[in-house]
Amino acid sequence: MKIYSNEVFVFIEQRGGKPADVSFELLCKGRKLADSMNGKVKAIVIGSNVEDIAKETFKYGANEAIVIDHPALKDYLTMPYTSIMNKLVGEQSPRIVLFGATIIGRDLAPRVASNTKSGLTADCTDLQISDVTYLKENFKNILLQIRPAFGGNIIATIITPENPVQMATVREGVMEKIAVKNPAEVKITKVEYVPSEIDKLVEIVEQYREESKVNLKAAPIIVSGGYGLGNKENFKLIYDLAHILGGEVAGSRAAVDAGFIPSERQVGQTGVTVRPKLYIAVGISGAIQHRAGMQEANKIIAINTDPGAPIFGISHYGIVGDATQVIPMFIETYKNKLK
Amino acid sequence: MYNSIVLVKQVPDTANISGKVMKEDGTVNRAKLPAIFNHEDKSALELALQIKDKFGGKVTAVTMGPARASDILRECLYMGADEVLLISDRKFAGADTLATSYVLSEAIKKVGDFDFIFAGRQAIDGDTAQVGPQTAEKINLPQITYAEEIIELSGKTVKIKRKIDGGHEILSAKLPVLVTVIKTAAEPRPFSAKRVMAYKNAKSLTDLESMAEGNSLLYVDALVHEYTSNSLFIPTMTMDDLKLDPARCGVNGSPTKVFKVESVVLAGGNHVTVEATKEGIGGLIDKLMEDHILG
Repeated sequence: MKIYSNEVFVFIEQRGGKPADVSFELLCKGRKLADSMNGKVKAIVIGSNVEDIAKETFKYGANEAIVIDHPALKDYLTMPYTSIMNKLVGEQSPRIVLFGATIIGRDLAPRVASNTKSGLTADCTDLQISDVTYLKENFKNILLQIRPAFGGNIIATIITPENPVQMATVREGVMEKIAVKNPAEVKITKVEYVPSEIDKLVEIVEQYREESKVNLKAAPIIVSGGYGLGNKENFKLIYDLAHILGGEVAGSRAAVDAGFIPSERQVGQTGVTVRPKLYIAVGISGAIQHRAGMQEANKIIAINTDPGAPIFGISHYGIVGDATQVIPMFIETYKNKLK
Repeated sequence: MYNSIVLVKQVPDTANISGKVMKEDGTVNRAKLPAIFNHEDKSALELALQIKDKFGGKVTAVTMGPARASDILRECLYMGADEVLLISDRKFAGADTLATSYVLSEAIKKVGDFDFIFAGRQAIDGDTAQVGPQTAEKINLPQITYAEEIIELSGKTVKIKRKIDGGHEILSAKLPVLVTVIKTAAEPRPFSAKRVMAYKNAKSLTDLESMAEGNSLLYVDALVHEYTSNSLFIPTMTMDDLKLDPARCGVNGSPTKVFKVESVVLAGGNHVTVEATKEGIGGLIDKLMEDHILG
């Protein structure tokens, strides 16, 4: 049997000097994965003046932070970040490498996987460590990479049994971010970076962040519409209901694709993951990708014309009916109760 | 003049998939699904064609897939691609993104002479967005993913606006570069009627082989010659044509394995049924207010 490392690397993403939430979420998860292998978690922090971020990683479970600090690394750029990660992963061959499934993570992780010939699974909704038997062979401490696939009717567990390095990306909000009880002593290892010619082929001309006015993650009440609403006109009912309940408006991927709402309001595996007090799903069939983003809601109400819609399977309350009748009725009844 | 290679993929239309179309090993049985041209790849092709329209040059569309993937190559020709290439071999079956990027990178080296490689950001069957960057890494090429707009192109420099987390940025890149494109980057042009007439009979090697199989008077070599001289031959490359390492292709070259597949249980659930009446909804609202969820 081959002897592999038992270390977990977590790529710590920073944008404009601020660490991304998803990276700390992954540290917490990485901590658990490492514990079940009796291993360690290393936070990989790349940027300019990122010492504070490196220190913060210990709060969330890091045993060691590897810091690559250089003015040229201030903002994410594919080539320099790739070459740094390629070198670290190539030399240290960690058992697991985790990235946020952000635009940065999805730009960087495939290159590192390609370079190190590692397996990579995108957008996992769960990660576990287990011994597995695959094609009659036994493998120890394998990372089970769980994700919905093929239109969401199927949940696939992906493994990379014969590779020393197992890599995965995970969406923001899927794993929980909780400070660890007994953080390890701060141990920072600095690694040198020397810019190469190929690192300079792409430069940032300008960067602008559009501060999103939408904060679905913090909303206690979310009213969410799907393709079942049929058209943009009917979708206004979702706004009406959200308005009267003091909630935020969201939608499924199908509603976004149909142009009913902007993509920043998409809930689900390829959108935002939310945990509101109340989630009202209107005209949403409930594909697994959508569920992945909302099933942790405290209470779920489903409104759908199809009594067989899968959304009812995870709802607390179900109303079978046409949204164009049910929502106005809901609004009117609620208004009367408030009087 | 700028030459572009566009990586395109035929994908199963994932909107309607059930356990019935899965094979026992957990991979999808694509033969049973309607196959479509991946939307973002079409946008990538459109972007390449726009550059060609403005500056001249050549657009080559490349796909790796089964024989029937020649369908989307014909569509590329209808839209305006100058050349197409089908990379097809039974030995590629079961390839994950790593094995796919190996094959594509070798094919790109074979086509050569490019300023841009365009691809859709991701394909709807896996949504992984991995093949573009993995291919770029294999040929040591810079990349710009999530591209939304070409701001400026002159000499050997391109400025591209791309999405970033929570905003946008404009990158300036020296050519050659690999660019992955999101759907909003370009609305694919409709097929040109003239080009449809010209290319609707374009055939790949496999197409011609099955023609010859059905008719003893037809010979594959003669057909290839005839179709080539009429510019109707869709060139096909196999593992051997590309001199690939079999250990890096298909299942053998794929580190990721599907260990388990579970069909999602769609029915059931212990929810409270609320009647779609004023009384029913009134009762629900009362309960939610009581629980301090509403009000």
